[in-house]
Amino acid sequence: MLKVENIRTFYGNIEALKGVSLEVNRGEIVTLIGANGAGKSTTLMSISGVTPPRTGSVVFEGRDITRMPTDRIVATGITQVPEGRLIFPGLTVRENLMMGAYLRNDKAGIAQDLEHIYGLFPILKERRAQHGGTLSGGEQQMLAIGRALMSRPKLLLLDEPSLGLAPIVVENIFGVITKINAEGVTVMLVEQNAQMALSIAHRAYVLETGHVTLSGDARELMNDPKVQSAYLGLD
Amino acid sequence: MLEQQLINGLTLGVIYALIAVGYSMVYGVIELINFAHGEIYMFGAFFCATFITAFGLPFFPAMALAMICCACLGVLLDIFAYRPLRRAPRLAPLITAIGMSIFLQNLAMIVWGSRPKPFPQEALPAFFHETALTFSGVQLSWLQLFIFSLTIVLMIGLNLVITRTKTGTAMRALAQNQRAAALMGINVNRIISFTFMIGSSLGAVAGILVSVFYNTMYPTMGYNAGVKAFAAAVLGGIGSVPGAMLGGIVLGVAEALGAGYVSSLYRDGVAYAVLIAVILFRPTGLFGKAVRQKA
Ligand SMILES: Nc1ncnc2c1ncn2[C@@H]1O[C@H](COP(=O)(O)OP(=O)(O)OP(=O)(O)O)[C@@H](O)[C@H]1O
Ligand SMILES: [Mg+2]
Repeated sequence: MLKVENIRTFYGNIEALKGVSLEVNRGEIVTLIGANGAGKSTTLMSISGVTPPRTGSVVFEGRDITRMPTDRIVATGITQVPEGRLIFPGLTVRENLMMGAYLRNDKAGIAQDLEHIYGLFPILKERRAQHGGTLSGGEQQMLAIGRALMSRPKLLLLDEPSLGLAPIVVENIFGVITKINAEGVTVMLVEQNAQMALSIAHRAYVLETGHVTLSGDARELMNDPKVQSAYLGLD
Repeated sequence: MLEQQLINGLTLGVIYALIAVGYSMVYGVIELINFAHGEIYMFGAFFCATFITAFGLPFFPAMALAMICCACLGVLLDIFAYRPLRRAPRLAPLITAIGMSIFLQNLAMIVWGSRPKPFPQEALPAFFHETALTFSGVQLSWLQLFIFSLTIVLMIGLNLVITRTKTGTAMRALAQNQRAAALMGINVNRIISFTFMIGSSLGAVAGILVSVFYNTMYPTMGYNAGVKAFAAAVLGGIGSVPGAMLGGIVLGVAEALGAGYVSSLYRDGVAYAVLIAVILFRPTGLFGKAVRQKA
């Protein structure tokens, strides 16, 4: 479905991605784990066209999207929930969700999806008239995921959805990720919480300073001694 | 007489508000003080007058056409002058805006001459300068009544566009977080163009109304009006549309009071005094949020 081939992305002269290749198949949850500054967010931003790679290619469903502008990449079916959520603080919860459906014009479908998201995150329905900025961190994360789902993505990119959240909220959010995946949305999940990510993912990639150093079946990686010592806090 | 001064101040105030929303909306989306906005206002007046004198159009169609022309001018200004500098340090577009302001002023001087011209009054409805209402000695002309009603309708319309439409919501979303807006599939440049379009057409209306009200127009008229509307926008809290509306009205009334109580010589100084006071005592303005510092 998505094929990232040997991309190199720069911030000025800093090379953040030094030739990253990875693949996501339809229906999968693929996770990308790695330490701070490994280039996880940059990988997602390169896929979304926010920081286009200097060389290499990103192909989605057979189309080269490497140098497409971000809004057109979203139109192809890739939506990202960025790190730090980046909800619109001065828009109401409902307006935030409607902005996710910006490219859609099917009124009935949008109304249906809105109800679906209120079903996934009932708290958002309660808070629908409140400004996004007044929500708690966990609620904002739910809003950011709900907003992205409103675009009816084929591929959902999630950047550290567990960041800064209480374990119970993380459980809830990971439960929803599994659920939307079961409903047919392919997921690429970036996480520092490797334990959680590997437990719901089918496959995984390990990123270290701009390189993919390991990849494979999520369960196998969980038992890999290198992964265990570096990312799972086991010896 | 003070009441009369107040009514006149209010008339100017709503016009300042009309210009101020243009500054505020553009600042809201790209954090740029568009110094050339005053020139768009000036072009509005000249376009309208030209359509009347050269093409024989009646007043209202000429005004509508001038709005459209200024909307295009605003969009071109953004595309050619500001868009190439979107990722540049913010001083670069700011200096470009000053440059564009000077360029447009000089362009107008070449096309229409630098001397003040009267507005072609013959195209206006004859009753415009007659008194519409008199209450306790205060006179309100039909023209003033027209200015009030038109600006109120435009302000309500603008509010509806910003709060109720998808494009308006996208504009607010963009102002709050440009990256997130792009990640939702919003074509950022298109929404910025839309913002210039709306701001510029409102500016054009203001230019036309002022030149009709004072029966004069000249290529440098955008400077003074620009400073005042900018002060109004800062007073309201730059970036806030309701703030700009309120700021314009407050400034117009303050000017009238300043002229009435102190001396009419100080009228133009009021805007500067307000600007300095706001910057000193309440930099975020009446409605403003804490200003984010952009790197
Ligand atoms: N805007 C930027 N300008 C310059 N360098 C940047 C920028 N953003 C990221 N970098 C650098 O690029 C590298 C990769 O950053 P990235 O944000 O992709 O890491 P990450 O894996 O997402 O880390 P984290 O887990 O902390 O989110 C880091 O060395 C970082 O310092
Ligand atoms: Mg990151």
